[in-house]
Amino acid sequence: MKAIIELKDIRRDFTVGSETVHALRGVSFSIEAGEFVTVMGTSGSGKSTLLNLLGCLDTPTAGEYMLDGVSVRRMGKNERAKLRNRKIGFVLQSYNLLPKTTSIENVELPLMYNSAVSSKEREKRAIEALEAVGLHDRLYHKSNQMSGGQQQRVAIARALVNDPVLILADEATGNLDTRTSFEILTLFQELYARGRTIVFVTHNPELSAYSSRTIVLKDGRVVSDTRNEHIASARTTLESIPKQED
Amino acid sequence: MNYTNLFRIAIRALGNNKMRGFLTMLGIIIGVASVITMLAIGQGSKRSIRAQISEMGSNMIMIHPGADRRGGVRLDASEMESLKLEDYDAIVRETRYVSACSPSVNSGGQAIFGANNHPTSVYGVNADYLDIRKYSVSEGEMFSEEDILDAAKVCVVGKTIVDNLFTNGENPVGQVIRFGKIPFQIVGVLTSKGYNTMGMDQDDLILAPYTTIQKRVLAVTHLQSIYCSALSEEQTEKAEEEISGLLRRNHKLGAGDADDFNIRSQQELSSMMNSTSDMMTVLLACIAGISLLVGGIGIMNIMYVSVTERTREIGLRMSIGAKGRDILAQFLIEAILISVTGGLIGVLLGIGASWVVKWAANWPVYVEWYSVVLSFAVCTVTGIFFGWYPAQKASNLDPIEAIRYE
Repeated sequence: MKAIIELKDIRRDFTVGSETVHALRGVSFSIEAGEFVTVMGTSGSGKSTLLNLLGCLDTPTAGEYMLDGVSVRRMGKNERAKLRNRKIGFVLQSYNLLPKTTSIENVELPLMYNSAVSSKEREKRAIEALEAVGLHDRLYHKSNQMSGGQQQRVAIARALVNDPVLILADEATGNLDTRTSFEILTLFQELYARGRTIVFVTHNPELSAYSSRTIVLKDGRVVSDTRNEHIASARTTLESIPKQED
Repeated sequence: MNYTNLFRIAIRALGNNKMRGFLTMLGIIIGVASVITMLAIGQGSKRSIRAQISEMGSNMIMIHPGADRRGGVRLDASEMESLKLEDYDAIVRETRYVSACSPSVNSGGQAIFGANNHPTSVYGVNADYLDIRKYSVSEGEMFSEEDILDAAKVCVVGKTIVDNLFTNGENPVGQVIRFGKIPFQIVGVLTSKGYNTMGMDQDDLILAPYTTIQKRVLAVTHLQSIYCSALSEEQTEKAEEEISGLLRRNHKLGAGDADDFNIRSQQELSSMMNSTSDMMTVLLACIAGISLLVGGIGIMNIMYVSVTERTREIGLRMSIGAKGRDILAQFLIEAILISVTGGLIGVLLGIGASWVVKWAANWPVYVEWYSVVLSFAVCTVTGIFFGWYPAQKASNLDPIEAIRYE
């Protein structure tokens, strides 16, 4: 299997005032194509810093990070922006959709920053991505006319539209109720089943049962890295949750 | 990132905040519209002042013989006989900047009608003199070219003459008066002009064909002066140069010789006019500058708020691959769109308002094309200038912080 992510002794220090804070103190692991990895840790464990590094929003102080065979460490801002545009799909806790904008326009957004994609192609791919998340009947709904779950689906479609090698989810179910959380988790499992590489950062330990691998961070170090042989089905869990009747 | 996409993004962003965009635009709209309207009113009044001043004959050029020394005695200019009818003919024939030209010979004396008499001056001129001095004939008509050729004993009189000679209310036209010993038939009466700025009565004169005065009154062949009108106020100087060159050639003056004539124009009037209009222009430019500055600050303020408010959006855009310069361009385009659209609406509104002022207040209003171009250009530059700083701020945001900004 091809390694999508390779981390070698990653360190990240921040200077706060006169003190140096070691957010990551030597993290090494690799993630292969087609894995569904949950990165867990309490607040202060360094998982947000790790997410920023994985998402090429930040560069490590020391160590080597290879994304899809490319070294990120010495890349400039603009190069990393291009890398994010082509290789990474972000799904964020608060969806971060553009307000008063239709689903299709929101999903088209990453392709707007890729001049190689024509407007026709852009629309076609946005529709495909929205169909993949089950929103083919919500193409022209504006973001404020949709529920949280639907908004998160749009955000996932936006993450898929550039056909990334890696989908990075940051507390993607954090703002949703239990039932909707499992709907979104089901969607992630479907994407996993179709061969997508997913890194799901969360502080919720329950979610690890639904992924193929769990990495636990504590105080800037990996404290456990386990493979999950028996992945629980989010769909089954979803069906067991009684529908809210109101 | 291509600019079509950036434009689309900027337009969508503006569309999401129509009210705010409109209010920001309003600053520019009012700025540009008021600049155009004020300049139009300014131009209008400038033009009407200009017209009034040129009524006073601001483009008038007077040519007198120059003073000269004969054997150590300095002679009075009027003693000189250096201006001839040929000079007048040459000016009429050869100049390009002169619109009207009249020879002039004059004489003082008593005008007599019946038992009344009045001391006055008679001017021997041609019909162009009316244009040059801005006189017009109210009753009867001006004497003709034939009268000049025939040295006919006809004249046109001013209001003061009529008042003093025709005390019983007779119709002066057709009556014969005497000037000295020579009888003149009145063919027309001049419209009253009143007193001039020097306190001289402009209606106290008699106009007669110059040939008549030369032959029958003064018995001379030279001219005492020549009056001309330049095509316009601005061209007075060129006309003067032209006449000067012509006269020097005709009078066969060498390069070192002094002029044997004097050319005078209404310098005082034209410089007064220029200083008035210059002051007006500076004043209006200040108003224009201030209102556009205020509009620009409005743009800057709103763009600032917009950048802060949309921090998360900026973070998201960066995380999905927007480069710093894409963000900069987006916000700059937004600012420019606001200022350009506002500018366009302002131009239309300004032209409209000018027409309303013209129609409602009946003021002289004139929309100068350069004021439209200028205010539009200034407001675009304002948009770029005041949009730059907030856009710069947006493009320098750290995506990590921006994306989780609450």
